[in-house]
Amino acid sequence: MSRAVTTRRKTINTVLAWSIGFLIFFPILWTILTSFKTEAQAINDPPLFLFFDWTLENYAVVQERSDYMRFLWNSVIIAGGSTLIGVMIAIPAAWSMAFVPSKRTKDILLWMLSTKMLPAVGVLYPIYLIFIELGLLDTRIGLVVVIMLINLPIIVWMLYTYFKEIPGEILEAARMDGASLREEIIYVLTPMAVPGIASTILLNFILAWNEAFWTLNLTAAQAAPLTAFIASYSSPEGLFYAKLSAASTMAIAPILILGWFSQKQLVRGLTFGAVK
Amino acid sequence: MATQHSRSAARFMMAPAVILLLGWMLVPLVMTLWFSFRRFLPNRPDIVPGWVGFDNYVRFVTSSAFWPSVQTTLIIVGGALLITIVLGVLLALLLDQPMWGQGVVRILVIAPFFVMPTVSALVWKNIFMDPVNGLFAHLWRAFGAEPVVWLSDAPLFSIILIVSWQWLPFATLILLTAIQSLDSEQLEASEMDGAPPLSRFFYIILPHLSRAITIVILIQTIFLLSVFAEIFVTTGGAFGTRTLTYLIFQRVLESQNVGLGSAGGVYAIILANIIAIFLMRIVGKNLDA
Repeated sequence: MSRAVTTRRKTINTVLAWSIGFLIFFPILWTILTSFKTEAQAINDPPLFLFFDWTLENYAVVQERSDYMRFLWNSVIIAGGSTLIGVMIAIPAAWSMAFVPSKRTKDILLWMLSTKMLPAVGVLYPIYLIFIELGLLDTRIGLVVVIMLINLPIIVWMLYTYFKEIPGEILEAARMDGASLREEIIYVLTPMAVPGIASTILLNFILAWNEAFWTLNLTAAQAAPLTAFIASYSSPEGLFYAKLSAASTMAIAPILILGWFSQKQLVRGLTFGAVK
Repeated sequence: MATQHSRSAARFMMAPAVILLLGWMLVPLVMTLWFSFRRFLPNRPDIVPGWVGFDNYVRFVTSSAFWPSVQTTLIIVGGALLITIVLGVLLALLLDQPMWGQGVVRILVIAPFFVMPTVSALVWKNIFMDPVNGLFAHLWRAFGAEPVVWLSDAPLFSIILIVSWQWLPFATLILLTAIQSLDSEQLEASEMDGAPPLSRFFYIILPHLSRAITIVILIQTIFLLSVFAEIFVTTGGAFGTRTLTYLIFQRVLESQNVGLGSAGGVYAIILANIIAIFLMRIVGKNLDA
């Protein structure tokens, strides 16, 4: 179906949409630009848009002064670790709910979702106390576990909706041919579900990377990921816009790129399959 | 065809996820409930812990900070919802139109969603809203106006702006997905019957979107109720930006009045559950289909 659209109307749409898109993206663009300025240029009035002396100095200073790589590494470990462990726990669960559904499957799925709705602040002190008792405060292990648990419902849900689309006959055929349950999952289901599993990992990595309640409250110097590192810039020390921008750009760049790949899964993952 | 064997295997494979989530839910919940009925200030050894009944619950709602925090929460959640839904619908309608470079525009629009909360809060606070060096201050001065001290003169508006910027992509993307699932023949038919664009919007598109809008409202409400980093980084709860979440955080961790904070936590859990029930109903219906 192609509705006749005049070139004029298409041009208006294009100009309008690009302008709004630019406006929404502008804060990010401006942050990236500022990261390449000197501190004096960063606060120049009138603001300098493109014609300034581009410099990489801020990036070097941020790394040097604050050991940026350590925070980056913490983020990678926490987001990556929590996502991978979560997926490993969720695959068997999602498998059984998708292929051996029982009367209670729906209730279990909804109940899992409801744990995601639990406001973090309501259980802040208990978790804090447990962390102190177990010596987990300000450790990466502790955060991996907590963030894995808050994202586990989403992981199970996403995998469940993907597994649901795989025809059960294929698994039955494998079973007829004598595949054990383990073999069935590893050799038949997983390869077919790779795209679904990949998108699940992608979206949850992003969510874990950006998580900023538990990371702010449960870490100090040792296990702080980038979210907490950036927050330490909230107490200004003189001129620091360019450095703040450089630190911010480094913290969001990897996720922006990953995020653009996950647009489609975002809708599915965050609405729990209610909007397709 | 599920055999007895595969049924027990299924139960066994579901067990780790179910047990972990059950523990994650029950243990802290029971502890919060326990603390909420006790006098417990870990930093004050002179105050003896003990049972106080519903004292904490009463004190939490009668404290002078409670109603302002409820009001602040409602303004922030309501304001951000209004902005993201209205702009989200308009933007989704626009993005659904034929244009050049649609993919690129989508990428630009979706980007803020992937910026971590602490970064967006800090960038807005300093680079845009700073009354001396911020971009808005430059802009105001360029027009000869006195720069606004955003975070102290219009703190709620500023936070709503930051939060809306973060959540507009989410609303837009979901509403766009919903619009794209609209049967185009229906629209064409109404167009041929001479329905003007405005009535096409109100009688066909909006009703079609109502479910998606409901879902956006519910999911965003749950996330917006627990907005934390944006306030932590910008105002630290000052200038009347203390939401219910932030108030509880301050009671529990800053002033270490665990009993009082836990009672607040129980209120927050009840509030979130009321909203969650509606969301569950919609999601559950979809599961049957």
